[in-house]
Order: sequence, then structure tokens, then C-alpha cells
Amino acid sequence: MKRRSYRTSIRRRLLLQLFTMAALLSLAFFLVVRAVAERAAADTQDNILLASATSIADAIYSEQGAVAVDLPYSALSMLGSISEDRVFYRVLIGEETLTGYDDLPLPSPAQGEFETFMFRGEEVRSATVTRTVSSGGSKERATVIVAQTRLGLAAISQRISGMAAVVGFGFLLVATALSLVAAQSALAPLNRMTQSVARRGPDDLRPVDTQTPSELVPLVDALNSFMARLKASLTQSEEFIAEAAHRVRTPLATVRAQAQMTLRRSEKPENKASLRAMIRAVDESSRSAGQLLDHAMVSLRTDQLQDEVFDLVELTQDTVAHLRPTADLKDIAISVELYVETLPIRGDEILMQNALRNVLDNAIKYSPEDSDITVRITEEPRISFVDQGRGFSADDLGDITKRFSRGANVGDIVGSGLGLTIADEVMRAHGGTLEIAPNEEGRGSCVSLVYPRD
Amino acid sequence: MRFARISTRLIAVLLTHLAFALGASAFEIEDRRQYPAEDGARELRIISTADAPVFEPIIRAFQLAHPDVAIDYVIASSTELMKAISEEEADFDLAISSAMDLQTKLANDGFALDYRSEATDALPKWAKWHDQIFAFTQEPAVMVIAEGAFANRPAPRTRDDLIAMLRDNPAEFDGRIGTYDVRISGAGYLFATQDSRNTDSYWRLTEVMGRLNAQLYSGSKAMIEDVAAGRLALAYNVVGSYAAQRLADTPGIRIVPFEDFLSVMLRTALIPKNAQNIEDAGLMIDFLVQLNQREDIEQETYLAPVSAQSLNENYAARPIRLGPGLLVFLDRLKKETFLRNWENAIVQK
Repeated sequence: MKRRSYRTSIRRRLLLQLFTMAALLSLAFFLVVRAVAERAAADTQDNILLASATSIADAIYSEQGAVAVDLPYSALSMLGSISEDRVFYRVLIGEETLTGYDDLPLPSPAQGEFETFMFRGEEVRSATVTRTVSSGGSKERATVIVAQTRLGLAAISQRISGMAAVVGFGFLLVATALSLVAAQSALAPLNRMTQSVARRGPDDLRPVDTQTPSELVPLVDALNSFMARLKASLTQSEEFIAEAAHRVRTPLATVRAQAQMTLRRSEKPENKASLRAMIRAVDESSRSAGQLLDHAMVSLRTDQLQDEVFDLVELTQDTVAHLRPTADLKDIAISVELYVETLPIRGDEILMQNALRNVLDNAIKYSPEDSDITVRITEEPRISFVDQGRGFSADDLGDITKRFSRGANVGDIVGSGLGLTIADEVMRAHGGTLEIAPNEEGRGSCVSLVYPRD
Repeated sequence: MRFARISTRLIAVLLTHLAFALGASAFEIEDRRQYPAEDGARELRIISTADAPVFEPIIRAFQLAHPDVAIDYVIASSTELMKAISEEEADFDLAISSAMDLQTKLANDGFALDYRSEATDALPKWAKWHDQIFAFTQEPAVMVIAEGAFANRPAPRTRDDLIAMLRDNPAEFDGRIGTYDVRISGAGYLFATQDSRNTDSYWRLTEVMGRLNAQLYSGSKAMIEDVAAGRLALAYNVVGSYAAQRLADTPGIRIVPFEDFLSVMLRTALIPKNAQNIEDAGLMIDFLVQLNQREDIEQETYLAPVSAQSLNENYAARPIRLGPGLLVFLDRLKKETFLRNWENAIVQK
């Protein structure tokens, strides 16, 4: 039972794998979108910074031998058009600051035209443009630095990250829903096949012909071939039992008949005695063989119980009629007490017949000569066989129905101990019970077959 | 440690007050008004360019809503205000100025604190910058004319009309035109620079006014008075709210809004870096930006509250945009060049 929790489920594994893949893809999507968006936003800022610095550099001019700059309005206002970030700028001629924020640091030569650094307590991005200008006949190097804080950039990338997260999560949800559907549809043929096999009756061994995907064809083929073999084996067993019964009983009957005839002709008392012993031994053999075969039949048939309606009263009377000659041999009178007219029940008629025959046969066998056996059929439905035999001791009642188990007081009678076992197995297969009790009216016992109420 | 810090701050506050009381402060103030609170638990120190009579109704209304806040109201010119905050780092809780460029520079250079509230979030985007500068009035630059001088002619509606009229009638307008001395007045400089951006006519107009010996003023108030007194025929680029305020009690003057374009200045507030009472400064900002819900105050102060609707209705109106663009004309070289050009045009040296 505990193993159940460790049982693997294809569906669960499929779902888990699809979900993990979707989660990884969503994460990758989120990271890529964010990286691309941040790069794009940063590039936008860089471009505007560069445009601003370039327009300032373009406005540098020489006047009366001095370099001056006429800061274009758009140079700084364009920076204000995309975000509300703080803006700093500085124009240098050579090493001298011409105008702007004196404390804005010069770019390090290794950094290229863009640089990120801390300025006045905030992270800023700067663009630098250099020009050569002539000042009073000498060439001077003009440097324009324009810097802007990155709060707007942070806000944009935060917004995009948020959006990417939402989209990624949505993607994950959709992918999860789709993988549910995918797992369902992938497992549908398997479920179909399971249902078509589970719906079958116990003796339906036809090959499975449900439409199966190619992956399941080997399994279905294996199943079909297994069922075919099982069917063949069952048929073989049944045939074997019938054949064996026939082959064992017929010669025994011949031997018995010959012995009977010889007994009648024989006059020597010692010959008669040994012939009688022989006839008894043949009877026992025949009976044991019959019981063994019955038991094999019962074992075989209880696995695939037939479900047919038959009359229990009629079956019981047939059985009694069948065994009456055997009883007559011991001068045992069998009386049938009917408390109902008919007793239609559902079950396996052959098995029930086996059960009835074995119980009655047992009763006859263990009853003393010149005694009575009462077969009582009541509505419950219950069939009781009451005899005046030696009965069962209290110790026996528990295991008397076990295979090859016999009562403690029957050492002098030959028997296989299978009779009650067969009856018990048949009753169990039908959901009923075998009850064994002492005879309430005196010596002997009462064996009842109790059939379940519908 | 904590005690030490508190006491240092206490001493600093005391020293500042002392310096203030002794008038030892390096920046010049024009006036100072105290509005004590009923229980006087909290004090909000404001430095502002608005005259006390203009701003007083707002302070009174604010104190009605927040009776426990005492207000110390210091008036200074916009350049002195800038100096107080950026150079002296005086510990005012709120700086209110009509000089948008200087306010922008204060914020850009890191002298302002961030502030956000539901009220500031409701402001139009153009009425705030960087969650540090908040506009609460919109005041157009208008022309004020003396009705007497325009009895026989229509008032010009555009700058080109004005130029044509002045050129055609030099005798009548000689010495009778008033405008800001942009070298002294922050608002005048802001209007002049924005004019120079908006139209090529600006420099022609300035030259024409220079040739007609324009009178130069440091503030709107005196200009309007001279128009009312008949000493001036017209005053160019007067702050509209001041003009509207004087119009009520001054006969013989008229306000002419230009139809080619109308520079609209935004009066703004910011919380300086050294503010002590940030909480009440925030309350005041919330109160100011919600002035558009207080028509009674507008009627008293003639300060038009920020309103996207009224700007949309007047297609000529161009609100001066807050942002780094305003830093351009504060550039040392740029300013030198602009003032030199302006002097050349108007003073006709």
C-alpha cells in the first residue's frame, strides 16, 4: 500500500517537465527583453547626450581672438524632453573652463566618448565631444562634456522590466495551461486503451483492437499475444481435466464391473473378501480422482466465474437423484425437505453442482449404514445436509475446509479431504459461506451452503 | 552621539536666527512678515519673491486650514533668493519664486528636496519638474497701456503691430515706453530670453524701443503706476497678475494680451535642501497646487492658478517649459552675450 505514493505518473512528469521548460523560457524572455530594453534606453540617452554635446561644440566660435560659445537652447532643452533628469555641462578650451559646471570631471581618455560616474550624489552618464578651434591664430582643443542623471532611464527600465515580468508571467500561465492540454491529449490513447481493457468481462480474452498510436503498438501486441496464450492455456487445461476424468474413470469403472462380476461368480470366501476390498479401493480411487478433478475445475473456474441463472432446487434434486444409488448401497435414506418451490440464483451452475455433490457425497461417506440424511432447502437461500454420522469435533471446525484436511476421527475411512474444500471454495467464489455445525437433533453434523442474498 | 547631533543642529538654528535677527545675513531681504499660529507649535519659514500683500490671502487661508503652523515670510528678489539657497544655504523650508530659470537651476544643481503627494501627482506634467519644482500659478507677460494714449488708435495685438505703430509714431511714444531692465529683474530677463527664442521680432522691437528712449524698470509695480499716472503710454512685458491686481483700483489702464504669442510664467515652489520643517512645507505645496479649487483666493490675489484648461483655450499661450532648457540663458557666456546685445539695442550706446 505504501508503495502507492512512490508510483510514478507519466502525466505528472510530463507536466513538470513542460512547466520547467516554460518557466525557464519565461525567465529567459524576461532577462532578454529587459537587457535589450535597458540597452535601447541607454543608447537613446547616449545619442541625445551626444547630439547635445555636438550642438554645443558646433556653437563654439572665435570672436576678436577669444573663443566663445553661444549655448543653443535646444542643446539642453532636448535633454529635458525625454525625462526630468538633472543636466550638467562643461565647455573647456585647453585646460581652462570656458563655461558650465567647473566641477564636472574630465573624462578619462580610456573611456571613449561615453562615461558613467557619480556626480553631486547621483549617478550620471556623460558624453564628450572634442573639437579643434583656432584662438588668436593658435590652435586650441575644445572639449564639451554634457552629463545627465539616469533616473529617467531607471524609471524606463523599471517600467519595461515590469512589463516584461507581466508578459513573462502571462506566458508562463498560458504555457502551463497548454502543457496541461498537451499532457492530457498525449495520454488520451493510453487512457482509452486502459478503459477498453478494464471494461472487459473476466473471460473476454479477445485481442485489443482500440486505435493505438505507434508507440503503444508493441505493448498492445504483447498484451494480445499474452491473452492469446492465456486463452489457449485455459482451454487446454479444461480439455485436459475433462480428458483426464474420462481416462481415469472409464478404466476404473471397467475394473469395478469386472470385479463385481467375478465376486458374484466366486464362491470361496477369501476370494470374495479380497474382491470386496478391491471394489472398495477402486471406488475410493474413482472418488478421489473425481474430487481432485473437481477441485482443479473449481480452481480454474472460480477465476472466471460464469454468470447465469439457474434453479437451486432443481439442481439439488438432480444431485440427490444422482447420488441416491451410492446411498442405497449403505441403506442410507435421503429425504429432501423443500421449504420453497424454486430458488433461482445467479452463478456458475457447474461449480454449484460440484459443491452440492461433494457435500452430499461426504455425508454419505461418513454416515453409518442404515441411517438418514436430510437435505433441507430454505428460502435464505440455504441448503443444509444433516446426517447421523460421527460429526466434527470442536477442534476440527476451524480447518476442516482446508485442502487435504480431515477430521480427527476418520482414520478408518479412506478419503482425500477435498470435499469440503471444494464446497467452501465454490461458496466463497459466489460470495457465500459454508457453515459446519453439529446436528442439533442428535448425533451427526449439519453442513450448510449459504448463498448470499441478492 | 544623537544628543550631540541634536545640539549641533540646535546651535546652528539658533545661530541662523541670531544672524537673521542681526541682519548679518549675506543676502538682502526686502521685507519680512510673521504670521504667528494660535498655539505656535510649528513654524514654516518661507522665502518668496511675491510681495506680502499679494501672498497674504494665501497664508491666511493656509492658516485657517492648519491653525497650528506659524509662518515666517521673508521677501527677497529672485537673485537674492537664489543666493540665499545655493550660496548661503539658509535653512528656509520653502522657496517660492517667479524666476523659473533660477528655481530650475536650484533643483538641477541639487539644492532641492524631492516631494510627492496626491496633490502634486494631480498636477499637469508641464507644471512640475523632477518632483522638486511645483508650479501653482500661471502668469502671462502682457502689455499694459494707458487708455489716454490709445484714444484715437486701436491697441496693437501683435509684436509686429507694435513695432509698426512705434515706428510710425516716434514723437508720441518717445520716452513713454516702459519695460524691464533685464540686467536687474529676474522676471524681465526670463521674459526677454523667452521672447528672443519665440520670435525674431524681439530684437527689432528692442531696438525700436531703445531708439524711443524706453524707460527701464526693476519691477512691474512701478511700471504700472507710471502707466496709470500717464507718464508712460505703454509698458511691455508686465507680469499679468500684478497688472490685473492694479487694474481693479487704477482707472485709465488696460491690459493687452498679445495674440502672436503669450509667454506664460509659472510661479513655482520648492523645498530647499536645508529645510527643517519638511512636513509643513509639503502641506503648503499641497495647498498651493490646489489653489485652482479656491476661487475666493484667486479673486483676492489675482494669481491665476495652474490650469491646463485655460491654457488650451488660449492658443497663443506658451507656458515656459520647466527643465534644463532654462539653464541655457543662465550660462555665464550666454548671459553675457544676451545682456550685451540687449544693452546695444536698448541703450543705444
